[in-house]
Amino acid sequence: MAVKFPDFIVSKLDWLANQARAYSLWPMPFATACCGIELMATASSRYDIARFGSEAMRFSPRQCDVMIVAGRVVMKMVPVMQRIWQQMPEPKWCISMGACASSGGVFDTYAVVQGIDRFIPVDVYVPGCPPRPEQLIRAVLDLQEKVRATGTINAREFEGRKEFEGPAPLARQLAPDQTMIVPGDFTTATRLRPENN
Amino acid sequence: MSVEDKLKERFGSETLEFSQFRHNRRAIVPVEKFLDVMSFLKTELGFNYLADIAGIDYLNYPNAKHRYGVVYALANVSTAERFFVKVLLDDPEPLLPSVYELWKGADWMEREVYDMFGVVFDGHPDLRRILMPEGFASFPLRKDYPLRGRGERHNFAPIIRAEA
Repeated sequence: MAVKFPDFIVSKLDWLANQARAYSLWPMPFATACCGIELMATASSRYDIARFGSEAMRFSPRQCDVMIVAGRVVMKMVPVMQRIWQQMPEPKWCISMGACASSGGVFDTYAVVQGIDRFIPVDVYVPGCPPRPEQLIRAVLDLQEKVRATGTINAREFEGRKEFEGPAPLARQLAPDQTMIVPGDFTTATRLRPENN
Repeated sequence: MSVEDKLKERFGSETLEFSQFRHNRRAIVPVEKFLDVMSFLKTELGFNYLADIAGIDYLNYPNAKHRYGVVYALANVSTAERFFVKVLLDDPEPLLPSVYELWKGADWMEREVYDMFGVVFDGHPDLRRILMPEGFASFPLRKDYPLRGRGERHNFAPIIRAEA
């Protein structure tokens, strides 16, 4: 039976770009802890993230589309993480994998950052400690959905995101031009505190 | 003749304080005699391996008379003997001579104790922080330092999505 293909199709460039991007989300594995092991398992043959086009883990940020932050991030690592994020070409997305990357997890100590969304924009959060590979695959699928729903060929959907998207108290208290690693006090610490304190 | 006896013979029985727990032999050494004792232990008694240096903060510790302790774990590789040397220090300037000249391995271990407790090792060739970032101003393993820090962990500029 002969299948008759049309000679040409009409579509929007945005749609075409979104299709192409959604099925080739190359991850930058920013794996700092045990979530990184689950990230590797997700790439292995049993779970096989290649089925969704995300198998090409690139260790150069210049070849990546999505940064997967897997594991706790300490304050010494924040400038590294931000630099890697800045080195990735547009369009780019970020998955915060696991409890530690999303909120600091059980590590509520002086050195561990309480959620990477305080310092870089995050698109998808994955709960779990560590998350199952299926959960990470679900996050990739969610990200594909997000790309198809909001993506544009020249990445103009990011231009509107001019506000800081992380937890609110930090955005009020820290100006972007503040220097790094100077000692602060409890007003800049993680948890929401009563106003009079 | 045991290590304790040799130390007593060399430095007198009053200067050092000895104790033992399940073959774990310790000596508490005054700071003035510290470098002499360590040098004697290495050159005369053959403790050629410095296994570890640990810091202790005795703040709020019951019956403690000094603020800091620094513990040196020594080993004699040929006889498999082990010996622990402990020094007690106090604020405001916990200062201790470096043993880098005796055991080169003391380099990073002394840096770690300095980084976490603020004990300064006099004569160390390169006493910088080793774990915490360079601009860090506190000594995090001191007991008067809050567990969650003083907000250093959040003093970074966030990235806005439209800009990068």
